[in-house]
Amino acid sequence: MASDNTLITQAQNTWCQGCGNYSIQHAFIAVVAGLEQEGIPRENIVIVSGIGCHAKIADYLKLNSFYSLHGRTIPVATGIKMANPNLKVICFAGDGDLYAEGIAHLIHAAKRNIDITVICHNNRVYGLTTGQYTPTSPYGFRGKSTPLGVHEYPLNVLEVLLSAGATFIARGYSRRLPLLKRLIREAILHPGFAHVDVLQICASFFNVTSVYENLVYEREEKNSQSFDLASLAAREWNYNDDTKIPLGILYKVNKPSLPDNIQPQTNERMNVIRSIIERA
Amino acid sequence: MSIMTEYSILIGGKAGDGITQAGQVIGSLFTSMGYHVYIYVDYQSLIRGGHNFCILRAADKPISAHRSGIDFLLALDQQTVDLHAEKLNDKGVIIYDNEKVRAKGQGVAIQAIVKKIEGKPIMANTAVIGALCKIAGIPWERVLPVLTKKFPKGTDKNLKIAKEAYASATPLFEIPVLVDANYPLFSGNEWIGLGLLAGGLDAYIAYPMTPSSGVLHFLADVAEETGIIVYHPESEIAVVLMAEGCAYAGKKTAVGTSGGGFCLMTEGISLAGQAEIPLVIVLAQRAGPSTGIPTYNAQSDLLFACHAGHGEFPRYIVAPGTPDEAYRFSAEALNKSWKYQILSIILSDKNFSEGYFSCESLPESPVAAPLTSPSFPYERYANGSDGISPFLAPPYHGEIIKVNSYTHDSAGITTEDPETAIASVKKRLAKTAALAAETDVPDAVYTAGLIGCETVLVCWGSTRGVVSEVAESLGLKIVSPIVLAPFPKNTFSDAIKGSKTIILVEESTSGQLDRILTSEGFIVHKKILRYDGRPFLVEELINEVLRVQHGQ
Repeated sequence: MASDNTLITQAQNTWCQGCGNYSIQHAFIAVVAGLEQEGIPRENIVIVSGIGCHAKIADYLKLNSFYSLHGRTIPVATGIKMANPNLKVICFAGDGDLYAEGIAHLIHAAKRNIDITVICHNNRVYGLTTGQYTPTSPYGFRGKSTPLGVHEYPLNVLEVLLSAGATFIARGYSRRLPLLKRLIREAILHPGFAHVDVLQICASFFNVTSVYENLVYEREEKNSQSFDLASLAAREWNYNDDTKIPLGILYKVNKPSLPDNIQPQTNERMNVIRSIIERA
Repeated sequence: MSIMTEYSILIGGKAGDGITQAGQVIGSLFTSMGYHVYIYVDYQSLIRGGHNFCILRAADKPISAHRSGIDFLLALDQQTVDLHAEKLNDKGVIIYDNEKVRAKGQGVAIQAIVKKIEGKPIMANTAVIGALCKIAGIPWERVLPVLTKKFPKGTDKNLKIAKEAYASATPLFEIPVLVDANYPLFSGNEWIGLGLLAGGLDAYIAYPMTPSSGVLHFLADVAEETGIIVYHPESEIAVVLMAEGCAYAGKKTAVGTSGGGFCLMTEGISLAGQAEIPLVIVLAQRAGPSTGIPTYNAQSDLLFACHAGHGEFPRYIVAPGTPDEAYRFSAEALNKSWKYQILSIILSDKNFSEGYFSCESLPESPVAAPLTSPSFPYERYANGSDGISPFLAPPYHGEIIKVNSYTHDSAGITTEDPETAIASVKKRLAKTAALAAETDVPDAVYTAGLIGCETVLVCWGSTRGVVSEVAESLGLKIVSPIVLAPFPKNTFSDAIKGSKTIILVEESTSGQLDRILTSEGFIVHKKILRYDGRPFLVEELINEVLRVQHGQ
């Protein structure tokens, strides 16, 4: 599907040439255009971004947006969704942003199965702060804060999400565009907490295109409701070693989600207050 | 000064004995007889054991402080007698559990009664209430409806236990019915919650933290019938950001916390300042720094509240000192936040939040002026009058609504352009100026006492009750700002006109209001400070005021 220019603002794009963010934005625009044709108007979409290179997507897209704080996309998105369950709320977050500063929110969002979508631009490095290790950088990563190499193994975020109770977990790759579009679309339509970890390179600080091209493959998704198979798939690649990297939906189940769509009572407020006072 | 009709009752026991609940029941008994009631609740940070007590004062006029003397000492354990018997007035009586406690007074076979009726151990407090009613000479017909209402669960057993204890005791007093009235009795937290509801609250989000949790519990209890969203997420960081998400989507939202949680909220506070998101925070102070003495009082976060968050942006801070002010100004905090799209803080503390106060009549809640209608094509930060941009929540067909934590242009898109940066600062300054002009009005400062009196007692928040009584008994003037930011300079100046000595009473180590007053050009001559976490007693404060007045 061609890119829909009516979704692009006048803001000057300052992403580096070759940055994976372009693909994610392109895929998302295509999904929004598709959803609109299926009856989800664009004004019902709200995007929430953190802080980092990824987050500029809030400036670039002509959509409702909340350009929030580093690591805080999820609580903002949760508040928006609780306030108006009719909105489709999509977080764009970075790996430093979401998996370091914001990891607690991620775990609790998965646990409460809040009906929002999280798309993580996972380039495994801090770009905007010019090259430090993140929770998904490989062991020994030499960055500006770890010139001798980082003494931490990366966090297998997909395993964390499974343990936390996420009901939709997928991994995409910025250079597999048709798959990425499908994953984003299914995540948005999933009734509950949906997470898409998108591998992308950082053209300036962590360009591992050739590694990903060698290792990624699209997995079969027919048993995606099995927790055990999802666990095995999540463990195929630990974000560190040069093993095969499965792409696609790893896990998808339906569980009760928030908000629960119970219609609130609409009693006249002062009458309720008087009744509370009288019965005290 | 006319002689008050008043009674002080102290009930004490261990944590888990239902001391606070018993205090409320006795409070309701007195309000049902036309009394004004104030209850101070003293408890420790533990779930079982320790020593908890409530001091209830019932009087023929509004009060919110307690005195040093006790008329009825209700002891469910020995420690209550050991610690508090010395406070007993001449005609005072100890009513005690005759199996667990050794004392002089009226022993009640509480354990035997509870056992006979096959009640739960906690129902010992019902027995002591029953005995109190008989000793106080309150007819059973008056007691019955109150107990029935206050014990919706286990009503039958509670009533039997109370009646058995009532029958076993000997009357010593004849406490009269004052007037045919029944003033509502709620905790400060509940009065704040009621005010938020009156202000049109749509959502309340909080993480538990003493002494603010009462607002959360109260609003969670009434969430269904009011149709509001009440949510308790993983941290105060999540709390404040969820609230801002809710507000972006058009819901009038408040949050509540105490000092430590408020620290975590500060990045969200700055976000609200930059992104112009309406945000109301109930900040119930407690003794710090850090974990401090969690269930005891302090007024030491005033300056923190005034400055919390990086960068410069407008805020509206109120510190109610009475239940009707808590009701009115909590509603007003929501109104101001939504009118100006700013942060409001309702500054409370342990003694106000967890104390119980009767209120003579429910005040009128302020009616919010309708918000300005947006024009189209919509821009979230379009410059309106006084720097206020018309508000619009998504979804709105054909329009996009962008908010941003970066400095941004009128459409909400990030900018580093110096001209736009200056314009956005001026927009915030315009809001600050308009807010200051609107809030520097007589309503913003409580005053009482003799006009032309040369000595003025200045206080804010929970010390209002005790300072009012002290000012009245010494013939001094009291001036107590309710609005603390923007500071109502002109109103305060009028209020202290003609004074020669200003004495600040505050529960902090430095006298934080002094710093604000000094920066506004006022002079505080003396300070009476307290920082042991306990409230001032009327008699103690009288002595302190006399001491500083005489230059000691």
